[in-house]
Amino acid sequence: MVGKIAIVGDGDSIMVFKAAGVATFPAEDDKKARDVLRKVAQEYQVIFVTEELSRKLGDFLKRFDETPYPVVLTVPSGKGASGYGDEMLRSAMERALGVDILFQK
Amino acid sequence: MELKKLKARLATAVRGHKLLKDKSDEMIRRFTLIIRENKRLRDEVEQSLSNTLRQFSVARSLTPEYAVEAAFGMPTAAVTAECGVESVMGVEVPKIELTSSARTDSLPYAYSEITSEADESVRQISSVLPLLVKLAAVEKSVRLLADEIERNKRRVNALEYVMIPQLEETIKYIRDKLDENERAAIIRLMKVKNKS
Repeated sequence: MVGKIAIVGDGDSIMVFKAAGVATFPAEDDKKARDVLRKVAQEYQVIFVTEELSRKLGDFLKRFDETPYPVVLTVPSGKGASGYGDEMLRSAMERALGVDILFQK
Repeated sequence: MELKKLKARLATAVRGHKLLKDKSDEMIRRFTLIIRENKRLRDEVEQSLSNTLRQFSVARSLTPEYAVEAAFGMPTAAVTAECGVESVMGVEVPKIELTSSARTDSLPYAYSEITSEADESVRQISSVLPLLVKLAAVEKSVRLLADEIERNKRRVNALEYVMIPQLEETIKYIRDKLDENERAAIIRLMKVKNKS
């Protein structure tokens, strides 16, 4: 199956993805992003979402966790990584194992 | 009759419990491997992507707004990915591979339009893209596996702490009752014999 790649995020961060050949869908706030994502999820298999948006859309994005596709990935935006990806990782790990095996110091 | 049926059920339950427990162990082993990979990839991707985006904002600030819009607003050849499904311990996880390899030589605009910083960031993003796609697949696998492990754990616990003890108790009760009946029958026979 051939899948398409898209990114949803604020205008500045996603522009460079466009140059790389990724379909871009600007969304300034979480309400707009919800609408956009609903549409994009029908058509694209791999969807990148910038960190600011996915932080606000946490619950909404959970619905994509049930099936293998579409794959939604949180990527850092132009403002740099804020560690949200690590947080998600940690929560998945604690759910499954009950212990922290990556981040313990 | 009922006793026999219950015994069969207990045997099934015990066997199922053992199987599920083994499955759970193996899934957790795989999960730890995948999550380590995930962590490594994510660190790498976040590092390079942040750099790229920073580079890009430098590029943007060096060129007027409309030039940037014009240069990047053009839709270029879309990258596509080969999407498959892979099975890890019965859990279907995505397996994605970038098919049209990101072009590193040709840029979607003319050199005269924009500064070299932009070229650099486009080149960088093209090299980050395969990693990003890989990370997407791995992270999804982690989430799917985490869900499945949780579900499986619940099943194991239900069998271990509810189903099996209940069955054992019922079997014990029936057996006691049957023994009791047998003893009563023997005593009755003995009494009858004594009277005659």
